[in-house]
Amino acid sequence: MTEKARLTREQIAQRAAQELYEGAYVNLGWGIPNLIADYLPKGLTVYFHSENGILGMGRRAKPGEEDFDLVDAMKVPVTLIPGASIFHQADAHLMTRGGHLDIAVLGGFQVSEKGDLANWKIPGSKGSGGIGGAMDIASGSKKLIVCMEHNTKEGAPKIVKTCNYPLTGLECVDTIVTDLAVIDVTPEGLALREIAPGWTPEEVQTRTEAKLIVRNRVPEMKLV
Amino acid sequence: MKPKIVSSLDSAIADIPDGARIMFGGFGGAGFPNNLIQALSKKGVKNITAISNNCGTREGELGVMFKNDQVKHVICSFPGPHANYFQERFAKGEVTCELVPQGILCERMRTAAAGLLGFYTTVGVGTEVAIGKEERVLDGERCILELPIHADYALIKAQKADELGNLTYRLAARNFNPIMAKAAKFTIVEAEEIVPVGAISPEDVITPAIFVHRIVHAKGMRFAG
Repeated sequence: MTEKARLTREQIAQRAAQELYEGAYVNLGWGIPNLIADYLPKGLTVYFHSENGILGMGRRAKPGEEDFDLVDAMKVPVTLIPGASIFHQADAHLMTRGGHLDIAVLGGFQVSEKGDLANWKIPGSKGSGGIGGAMDIASGSKKLIVCMEHNTKEGAPKIVKTCNYPLTGLECVDTIVTDLAVIDVTPEGLALREIAPGWTPEEVQTRTEAKLIVRNRVPEMKLV
Repeated sequence: MKPKIVSSLDSAIADIPDGARIMFGGFGGAGFPNNLIQALSKKGVKNITAISNNCGTREGELGVMFKNDQVKHVICSFPGPHANYFQERFAKGEVTCELVPQGILCERMRTAAAGLLGFYTTVGVGTEVAIGKEERVLDGERCILELPIHADYALIKAQKADELGNLTYRLAARNFNPIMAKAAKFTIVEAEEIVPVGAISPEDVITPAIFVHRIVHAKGMRFAG
């Protein structure tokens, strides 16, 4: 059986970008979230935060204009927008933990029906693993969005009843954007807000371990 | 006051003994005290405990210290995708590692700097990080007790140092450097530029001289990738 088309990683980023709003302070994590800056709705100004001490990060530096003292958390040379500021790493994480960031977007391996997040280590993987800033970011942002594929390469659900991967944080996720759906974590459970074009709520449910709450008609994601 | 400026990288690190606990500044290729690290590696210091955000980029940054088997324990948040020398020794059990959430790594150093004995945080509750730590409920939230991280030395990189040790940093090369400068018992700075006292406006000083013990002039060294 051939599967219907899912969103690409770029389209997941594009849909997640629609969750940002004018003037928001935003942290983008590794992976799909890092693509979001390329899909900001036109005319929208947001202030990107980087855990190494930058608020007001602009686009990536073009060849020839790189300054290697001005890099993002992925070591990529970036630029600053007017009104940017620089501070040390402790203040950068005071912003993440202390509820000062409006939105953080992280990648994920698993999200549970309660909004627990696992995103830093695959069980049985070799090596030390690495936490970085993810646990701080997960603990304190006003809104935490997770961007990830809905299923693993082997087809296993990544939205699960209980995470069996090493956890990043408990009950921290507010919204999940995947290649099949936009899902909100609510006190009643996971609410299906939107589905990928051409998919039905039932089809998304069969690819999800946790129960999805479906209220009325679920609209398709709009990708411009 | 005893002069803080020394004339060579070797003399800047000459008294660091085997077994020392050492903080190393830097993040994302920026702000690493690479000249001091190279000198320390050359001196052949052994069995150090390294406190740093990551574990080097191949041979660069802290990588050389792992390559030469000079580190017995590391406290970090993210070893990094190119920390191959660390990973090889970690796999063989030749180096142990405590992973700490990045902001908590900062705060544990700030706790040491501030003369405090610990703090409670929600970060890491219910994760591997919480194993073995006291847990309690404060204001309705589960939290864990985190303890200070002390060090004998901090090796840091500054942009400008005046002769007293007041420091500035350039852009995102600031990162962990001012935090570590305050947390360690003895802070050694490699500075791109050494200027006379008074040349840095007091309100522009980021790290006050009280936290700085030794300064050496060195042109920044950077490792690609």
